Amino acid sequence: MAKILLEMKNITKTFPGVKALDNVNLKVEEGEIHALVGENGAGKSTLMNVLSGIYPYGSYEGDIIYNGEICRFTNIKDSEAKGIVIIHQELALIPYMTIGENMYLGNEKGPAFSINWNETYGEADEYLKTVGLEESSRTLIKDIGVGKQQLVEIAKALAKHAKLLILDEPTASLNEDDSKALLELLLKFKKEGMTSIIISHKLNEISYVADKITVIRDGSTIETLDKKTDDISENRIIQGMVGRELTDRFPKRPHVKIGDVSMEVKNWTVHHPLYSERKVVDNASFKVHKGEVVGISGLMGAGRTELAMSIFGKSYGTGISGQVFIDGKEVKMNTVTDAIKHKVAYVTEDRKGNGLILSSPIKINTTLANLKNVSKRGVLDNDKEYAVADEYREKLKTKCPTVEQNVGNLSGGNQQKVLLAKWMFTEPDILILDEPTRGIDVGAKYEIYCIINDLVAAGKSVIMISSELPEVLGMSDRIYIMNEGKIVGEVSGQEATQENIMSRILKSSKGE
Amino acid sequence: MENKIRFSEVLKKYTMVIVLALVIILFTVNTGGKMLLPQNVNNLIVQNAYVFILATGMLFCILTGGNIDLSVGSVVCFVGAVGGKMMVTNEMNPYLSIIVMLLVGLLIGAWQGFWIAYVRIPPFIVTLAGMLVFRGLSNVVLEGMTLAPMPDNFLALFNNYIPDFFGMEGFNMTCFLVGVVVCVLYVFMVLKGRASRAKKGYRVEPFGGVLIKMIVICAAVLAFMFRLAQYKGIPNSLVWIVLVIAVYTYIASKTTVGRYFYAVGGNEKATKLSGINTNRVYFLAYLNMGFLAAVAGMVTTARLNSANPTAGTNFEMDAIGACFIGGASAYGGTGTVPGVIIGALLMGVLNLGMSIMGVDQNMQKVVKGLVLLAAVIFDVVSKRKSFIVK
Repeated sequence: MAKILLEMKNITKTFPGVKALDNVNLKVEEGEIHALVGENGAGKSTLMNVLSGIYPYGSYEGDIIYNGEICRFTNIKDSEAKGIVIIHQELALIPYMTIGENMYLGNEKGPAFSINWNETYGEADEYLKTVGLEESSRTLIKDIGVGKQQLVEIAKALAKHAKLLILDEPTASLNEDDSKALLELLLKFKKEGMTSIIISHKLNEISYVADKITVIRDGSTIETLDKKTDDISENRIIQGMVGRELTDRFPKRPHVKIGDVSMEVKNWTVHHPLYSERKVVDNASFKVHKGEVVGISGLMGAGRTELAMSIFGKSYGTGISGQVFIDGKEVKMNTVTDAIKHKVAYVTEDRKGNGLILSSPIKINTTLANLKNVSKRGVLDNDKEYAVADEYREKLKTKCPTVEQNVGNLSGGNQQKVLLAKWMFTEPDILILDEPTRGIDVGAKYEIYCIINDLVAAGKSVIMISSELPEVLGMSDRIYIMNEGKIVGEVSGQEATQENIMSRILKSSKGE
Repeated sequence: MENKIRFSEVLKKYTMVIVLALVIILFTVNTGGKMLLPQNVNNLIVQNAYVFILATGMLFCILTGGNIDLSVGSVVCFVGAVGGKMMVTNEMNPYLSIIVMLLVGLLIGAWQGFWIAYVRIPPFIVTLAGMLVFRGLSNVVLEGMTLAPMPDNFLALFNNYIPDFFGMEGFNMTCFLVGVVVCVLYVFMVLKGRASRAKKGYRVEPFGGVLIKMIVICAAVLAFMFRLAQYKGIPNSLVWIVLVIAVYTYIASKTTVGRYFYAVGGNEKATKLSGINTNRVYFLAYLNMGFLAAVAGMVTTARLNSANPTAGTNFEMDAIGACFIGGASAYGGTGTVPGVIIGALLMGVLNLGMSIMGVDQNMQKVVKGLVLLAAVIFDVVSKRKSFIVK
């Protein structure tokens, strides 16, 4: 039996009013990739914060035994000195510094008053090679993509002589190619003897790389599955996470009659707002019927969000050309107000950045896009506003004490519901949902799918942009495949498979 | 247990009101009651009229994202200078002059608002430039001199007292009756609103809390009006202040436009994607600031009974300070007009109290600076768990 590198014994961590971790146990062997899975709020990140010293010794109960000794970390420096390095979900890189400067930030080479930049960049380049990143370490962070930034984070961890690498949702913002490359890199490190802990919602990735999987639910460890002895299929993991067998991850849609075309977009072309010669969306044409869910699948950067936002009141891009027909009539939507008037809604993929006012209550967020409806001649009816928000809270089963609660205090799934409520309140006929289930847990996803089903059952049209292929396949009546700004294929929901969608994308990239 | 939680919530919500009450009590004791003499209560309002008006406008700028307007002091001076030139030098009609002064304020607001909202020049820079430009222009218009006195019609509007209809010796009955009427109206409105909510089946606050709030507010209003009645009655500037406060409280809390200011400060991108013209919100904030600066300019000119090139110096700092003491967030998105008024009152009470006690002018500045810092520290720290950021 291999040596146990890390053991976390009976870890209990309480926040005022909440027990975030309750007697959690975790054993990680040297040289393995250990996955940590659980619904949002299950306590995965809290556990890793305890391990890395973000929550210092004394603020939790239980023991951390690393390399045979009990550790009492009081800050991140302590744990990093032992070789435990955590890479957080939100990348912590400074855009206007070079890769090398970022890698050695807080850990500078040479004396404090005379940093040795040659050594810094020399070593940085070595580590970049190790992670397979072909960039000079003198490149500014802002000039490289998210996928590469993630690699820089890993190189940064290596520069700290990491022995135990913890990755919190490392592929959340990466496209499939970059994700794949990252996973391969982890497997390569494993061969070289590195131990990793990976937290992820993407179960297919976990089944692929992990040797062991520990499932956490509601702050307790439920089970640890071993690749050698147990079934680690996605369904098996989900069963552990939600505590029930989720036979159907997508709710059945009662037979909905698909009606006439509600919106049709013809020859839509959008240019980049800064580099106006670059086409971000190139001659895209598509349509959606009443009562239909249309999926738009594609890799990150394929131009899906840009397509949606440029249609939605020209919220993105310059030099936009093409036609939009709603119910057979051509419409011009030059502003978001126009789009709302034509009963189009766009639910953003970036709910914190573009969707919600986190510092405001649920009710204010719910009505923001349709204040007309809760006011008369510019004067608000506060009581009606409350009633409306409360109605949607019940309808969408948003979990919150009252609608006076600030949105920032809600979990991701509930925030997403508030965002949906906001746009449902504008009474749209056509909803464009951009990554409607990003970063939310399996249970909340299911509820969002139910909401989508209710919408189409009421005769609305839903356009769903998603990077998760199983979701697109499970929910869509029809799927458009987008790549490099072009719509490169269309398949019906029945004939679509992960394989044929991916192969279309890959073929079009090769120019076939 | 439940009562305890509610007590701490009340404490948090009304911190500044409690601090204000404590400071008033402290000064009253330390000055042997001089603090609450009728004349001093009157001065508290008359001397600080400009702060109330400017702070209300400043709140709307700050709401859009912690943006401040540094130019208001200079604008106050410039508007006064234009008025002085028209009314004193050229002996023009005061009412026409007032309209011109308001237009000048609006024009200045539009000028600064345009650069801030549509060209997106940082407000700090635009208004810093405005601060220099309008201070300079004031001197140019006044040719470096003080113009006085202002015509009577003008003073009557901004600097006199509302006449008494009863003629009691040493007591202005009209003033006190206005206070009584205000209280009755207030109680009536609260109860009516509550009843109509209950009727429509909406939630209502517990009656006990509402009752306590009503009693405290009515007692404060009556005591205040009683003191004013013992002096010369209701100063005209108080009428303007109340009007400004009432209108802007209503705008902030009850209108869709008001909601836009909070939304822009909370998350501009999300607001824009909700179909709200965010540029226009910024523009309105500074347009309105220009307008209120003109109003404050008239009040100030009337009080000084002159237009002089140093009027309005540091007024912007008083207004900004009142906003932050009154709980406006330095990041935008939160803050209320009543809160800002409490902040302005606290600053006014500190000024007045320390002056009565004969505290050195320079020490007064030290105290005010520390109070401002403490208020913002309290605001920021109370929103998170730990004192020092980790």
